[in-house]
Amino acid sequence: MTVTTQPSCAEGRADRPARAVLRDSLTVGVGVGISGVAFGAAGAGAHLTVAQTCALSLLVFTGASQFALVAALAAGAAPLAAVAGALFLGVRNAFYGMRLAERLHLPVALRPLAAQLVIDETAAVTLAQPDRRTARLGFTATGVSLFALWNLSTLLGALGAGSLGDPARYGLDAAGPAVFLALLAPRLRDPRERRVAAVAVVLVLAGTPVLPTGVPVLLALAAVPLVGLAARGRSGR
Amino acid sequence: MTVWIAVLATAAGCYLLKLLGLCVPARLLDRPAVRTFATLAPVALLAALTAQQTLVHGHLLTADARLAGLAAAALALWRRAPFLVVVLAAVAATALVRLA
Repeated sequence: MTVTTQPSCAEGRADRPARAVLRDSLTVGVGVGISGVAFGAAGAGAHLTVAQTCALSLLVFTGASQFALVAALAAGAAPLAAVAGALFLGVRNAFYGMRLAERLHLPVALRPLAAQLVIDETAAVTLAQPDRRTARLGFTATGVSLFALWNLSTLLGALGAGSLGDPARYGLDAAGPAVFLALLAPRLRDPRERRVAAVAVVLVLAGTPVLPTGVPVLLALAAVPLVGLAARGRSGR
Repeated sequence: MTVWIAVLATAAGCYLLKLLGLCVPARLLDRPAVRTFATLAPVALLAALTAQQTLVHGHLLTADARLAGLAAAALALWRRAPFLVVVLAAVAATALVRLA
């Protein structure tokens, strides 16, 4: 995991035109940004107010944590358990931030503003750029376009779904699991991650009948050390 | 009121995690154990949330129309459909099964 100051691919792409960076950034920003509709609908389905749903998109602005919090609150979880699940999902953004700080070299004064834009998508676009100039452009264009559209489409989704009535009648209660599956799918290429996912499913389903709502999802975190210990046991033999 | 507290607590926590990454020297966070946890914790949570949202009703395990929705979502993902199409496929399949 060493990050060199000169990326190996820089030679052929150092003069990458701003137009190409902007095209990549806007493809991601618009494509993911409009999915805020699904979050707005999820918030309405969980009986959050439009203001609460929009506050989540503005202030939390990291999709997995937002969906997890709403899902837990809708299921009647204790607020503490609901918040804990959302925060554990947000831990990965700290690691994106570390990588991005090396690439972007942001002035200290800009960091509090830039921090809100540190998410899966901006990290993916920025870290794919060959130099600091294109990295800064990609980060800004992806972050700003995604932030604007995500918040606008959250508002539209919340207003639209709120006017529909019972969300289950339209199958909107299936949006949550579909979102989580879509976020999970790209992480399942590695056998270790598939094992963690499988153990987590067993833990959450086993815990559901006996534990308070919201706690079984946190119990599923035990899949991480369990799979780690099993791997260590095998290699030790 | 408790919903607002949960919203604001999540907002504060998620923001501080983002800022932490930008401000803390990489070597403080960049340890193998911490990195493994940061990679695998979302996998565990997302898998658990998928299963729970599909199969749990209250404290009971059930198989209902949401299972058809998840199957439709899996099919859409396998065909590399965009995020919003995956969600719409799940919603439509679940609504259709409930109509039938």
